[in-house]
Amino acid sequence: MSVLAHVFEAAGIATLVLSSVRSMAEKVAPPRALHCEFPLGRPLGKPGDAEFQHDVLSRLFELLDATSGPVLVDHPDVIEAVDEPLACTLPPRFDPSLPPAVDEARGLRKAYDRTLARRGVTAVGRVMTAEEVPGMLAKLQQVADGADWKTAGLPKNLNGLGHDIRSYYAEAALELATGPAADGRAVEAWFHQETEAGKTLLAARAAMKTQEAPFPLWFYMAPGHR
Amino acid sequence: MNGDQAMRAHSSSLPGPEFPNPAWVTPVPLAKATVAIVTSAAIHTADDERFGGGDTSYRFVGRERRDLVMGHWSPNFDHVGFAVDINVVFPIDRLEELAADGVIGGVALRHVSFAGNQPDDVATVRLDSGPAAAAALKADGVDIAIFTPV
Repeated sequence: MSVLAHVFEAAGIATLVLSSVRSMAEKVAPPRALHCEFPLGRPLGKPGDAEFQHDVLSRLFELLDATSGPVLVDHPDVIEAVDEPLACTLPPRFDPSLPPAVDEARGLRKAYDRTLARRGVTAVGRVMTAEEVPGMLAKLQQVADGADWKTAGLPKNLNGLGHDIRSYYAEAALELATGPAADGRAVEAWFHQETEAGKTLLAARAAMKTQEAPFPLWFYMAPGHR
Repeated sequence: MNGDQAMRAHSSSLPGPEFPNPAWVTPVPLAKATVAIVTSAAIHTADDERFGGGDTSYRFVGRERRDLVMGHWSPNFDHVGFAVDINVVFPIDRLEELAADGVIGGVALRHVSFAGNQPDDVATVRLDSGPAAAAALKADGVDIAIFTPV
């Protein structure tokens, strides 16, 4: 973002950057930046909180008063990305003949569909449809159980595989979880610590590492710190 | 160390390109300025082409569109906030409210989205696609651009 700010400023447009990594804003030094120590992925801080978002924008626009730069100011609030798992109901076991993750993903389909009907868009679809999520989890279970990852029928884009399964679960959780909007890492923690799909994804990823699959293929299937 | 702390530590270790003679624009008064959003969240409309890996191109997002998908595939930041409220990444409704209140002069007719996971040298966005997008917004009459990362 800071690089692009220099480019747009050179084109004659005054630029205002919401910084999420302060050291990078210091290095690249865009003309005007407001550093916000908010959860990554939430540059305006709080979903569903228009008042807070206006506060961020107001502080950002104040940087236009500067007569020279670079300007780097900190937003006074810090919002930690709490990674306590989201409290979210999971479907009971329905078909014991299926791997748990496959059974679970099937059971979440109606919740996913309700979210899709409400939002009108979905992030699922990079390498699979929602219909294909349970089948892909079955393949991941086979890899986790020792099958050769190269012949398991996985898509070439394994980043997209992880993205689509996570998105399917996250969008289903939007219908099933109650209470205020989830904290920054709560859904990630729920997916990887509470759901069978998240555990299966991590187990398959670990098996691929053991099988000496190329690092970029397995590593980006899940968050780096996991 | 949680995921955000790990990512911030990693990002801090990356090199940052230098801009030895940075440009500086004296902005028009905010109440007369047309404001655009530029994001690195790989946002695109539902009917637009998805971003690919290492994609250095950009998409326009029309002022009226709300059927937005966050195309950035990285597992290392939160995607759920955007699914709950697009304004936490793409504050288009906030800009419309500020325009209605006369705080800003107007909202740009179209906004720009890049993918944040660029090749390390960022050469294309710096020298090619970035200037092209900036020229397009300038031709649209944009005075101020807000940059939102993920």
